[in-house]
Amino acid sequence: MERTETRPVGPQTAPPRPSHGPHPSAKEYVRIGVVLAVLTALEVATYYVDVSRAILIPTLFVLAVLKFLLVVLWFMHLRFDDRRYARFFVMGLAGAATLYLIVLLLFGAFSG
Amino acid sequence: MAAVEHAVEHETTTGLPNTKLAMWLFLASECLLFGALISAYVLYRGADPLDGPTPADVFDIPYTSVSAFVLLASSLTMVLALSAAQRDDAVRMRLWLLTTAMLGMIFVGGQVYEFTTFYNEGLTVDVNLFGTTFYVLTGFHGVHVTVGILMLLSLVGMSLAGRLPADAAFPVEMVGLYWHFVDIVWIVIFTVVYLIPTGTAG
Repeated sequence: MERTETRPVGPQTAPPRPSHGPHPSAKEYVRIGVVLAVLTALEVATYYVDVSRAILIPTLFVLAVLKFLLVVLWFMHLRFDDRRYARFFVMGLAGAATLYLIVLLLFGAFSG
Repeated sequence: MAAVEHAVEHETTTGLPNTKLAMWLFLASECLLFGALISAYVLYRGADPLDGPTPADVFDIPYTSVSAFVLLASSLTMVLALSAAQRDDAVRMRLWLLTTAMLGMIFVGGQVYEFTTFYNEGLTVDVNLFGTTFYVLTGFHGVHVTVGILMLLSLVGMSLAGRLPADAAFPVEMVGLYWHFVDIVWIVIFTVVYLIPTGTAG
């Protein structure tokens, strides 16, 4: 006799499950904090060093992106949490980037 | 820690806590708000250079750098508060939360001082487009920091009154997400507004 599986109809709920893995220890947080402080010091140092803008601006952007990622991935735990949180956040970031590009286009920033 | 029984992670259609999902959705919407304000600043800051002070006239990078370090340090103290909450160490949790709030107050105090100095140097909200976009962007950020300070102090008050749920780490983590977001917005503002020289961005 063939067995059939019955599935509940209507809204379903998922059983509670851990929405995140183990978070970093206090020591690891301090290490990340030190790295962030060093990166900020490097950023500030660029203000006192006479370098061309072609080098300065990409350097500053790279340092800012590194700091941004360290805070988001470790302090906000996106590295350890369920990936759906990251998708939500990336959606917001992508929206902000799209908005910026649209504004640039409207103001003719790419029209030479 | 006096604890109130409260089910934080109940069954949901996603299997994720609704509060945390809502917080991330809120932060995603905040990206759009600050994205718009930063875009406006980058586009307008050099638009009318003949009227009023320019960024090079008023910015004091060493002073603002200290503010940046203070806000960064507050993110570290915030995660240390969360770490203490996860270990059920209420005393250290309150201590780190208070330290975070204090660092936030130092940052906001520094911003008030900076705004006052700029105003005395002739940079008002309506003197030029740089002034308008600068005050709106950094002012909105300052308001967010202030709201974060109130949330931190509320957590401390609730902890002292024994009104935090049994899993105190959860509300601390939610406030922490907001606080770290305010920090990452400042990371972008510090680079785009203060460190990149006028006329080279946007």
